[in-house]
Amino acid sequence: MTDHSPTPPAGPAAHLLVAHDVYKSFGPTTALCGASFAIDAGEVVAIMGPSGSGKSTLLHCLAGILRPDRGQTWFAGQRTDELRDGARTELRRRAFGFVFQFGQLVPELSAEENVALPLLLNGSKPAAALQAAREWLQRLGLEGMGQRRSGELSGGQAQRVALGRGLITKPRVLFADEPTGSLDSLTGEHVMQLLTDSARAEGTAVVLVTHEPRVAGYADREVMVRDGRVSSTDLELATP
Amino acid sequence: MSVPFALLGLLEREPSYGYELKQEYDSHLGRGRPVQFGQVYQTLGRLARDGKVSVGVAEPGAGPNRKRYSITSLGVGEFERWLATPVAPEPHLQTELFMKVVLAILVGRSAQKYLDLQRSAHLKRIRELTAGKRSASLIDRLLADHALFRVEADLRWIDLTEARLDTLAQELHR
Ligand SMILES: Nc1ncnc2c1ncn2[C@@H]1O[C@H](COP(=O)(O)OP(=O)(O)O)[C@@H](O)[C@H]1O
Ligand SMILES: [Mg+2]
Repeated sequence: MTDHSPTPPAGPAAHLLVAHDVYKSFGPTTALCGASFAIDAGEVVAIMGPSGSGKSTLLHCLAGILRPDRGQTWFAGQRTDELRDGARTELRRRAFGFVFQFGQLVPELSAEENVALPLLLNGSKPAAALQAAREWLQRLGLEGMGQRRSGELSGGQAQRVALGRGLITKPRVLFADEPTGSLDSLTGEHVMQLLTDSARAEGTAVVLVTHEPRVAGYADREVMVRDGRVSSTDLELATP
Repeated sequence: MSVPFALLGLLEREPSYGYELKQEYDSHLGRGRPVQFGQVYQTLGRLARDGKVSVGVAEPGAGPNRKRYSITSLGVGEFERWLATPVAPEPHLQTELFMKVVLAILVGRSAQKYLDLQRSAHLKRIRELTAGKRSASLIDRLLADHALFRVEADLRWIDLTEARLDTLAQELHR
């Protein structure tokens, strides 16, 4: 992949995770056109903006799910946009966790198995993985629910299971895309409290995509995405 | 002013003394703004004059303020009427916010920039209120939630206005 954007002077290596001047189109639709973003270790940053502005695309590029058409992404001092697919999958498994809006639990697996899944995929012994999963379920107030399938959980419970699964590998970064999108206010508040408390306790940085101010209220700061670009009042970090 | 109704409500629970009423008001209803003793006694005096509370005899040997107040049936009716009347849904649109947008466009400055600053100030407030809720009592959480939803309403207005800035500018410059 050729890259014409200049290497940013301040050095993206100074931050944990960086998008620099990223472009991404889907056919005729331009989703990102020059988006830049940086987050430091342990930070919780909300990515806000109207629907269709490119928030999820930015998250997918930062997480190595999508490859930018142009521009760079960095993680822990390394370019990630240039990695081969296999290496990016490996990076995602080892260093990143994910919580999405819904439909993310494997319906055939129990809550416990769902939480343990990332450890199992990373080659942990099943007994140890399930033990760790039970500890997470307890921490998230779900003790006794380990055997339930996702169809037997409320929306808030399912989202807490997803949170346990996102954090069980002790990721450096948790990517959360509208994590309370399908929940009512009170349940959403509980999930956000657990999400930010757990991430902060683990030193995990959180990239939190949301269009809801009250969800963004749990972050340390916010950036706005508009028409595929990031604008922020925190100019220092926005332009690496 | 809702202080008279607050006092009537507190008295409907049980007869009480001025200083007790002040304490109850401050800890449950004052939202960090204590009511003055003077205002409590003045209000009680007015309620007594209007027959909504009755005043017991001062207890012997006690200070001048050791008078016990009780609510009358007239007072109960007044309190119930107040409770059953919804507050007028004031348009909460902050006039200043609105003025700044329109003025910015009229004088040819960036309304967008102003809205961005305003949004980030509002979001900062949301973060503060959210952080404050963590260790707060349920009463304080309720108050914080009320403030949060109000700030959120302003933010919605800010977003919507931003989306309409071009059209608004066209209309204002016609
Ligand atoms: N896989 C895709 N295929 C086609 N268009 C897409 C795809 N993903 C996103 N888009 C488009 O890119 C733009 C940005 O989308 P997205 O990043 O999902 O926005 P947001 O998350 O802010 O709502 C939208 O116009 C959307 O329709
Ligand atoms: Mg999205």
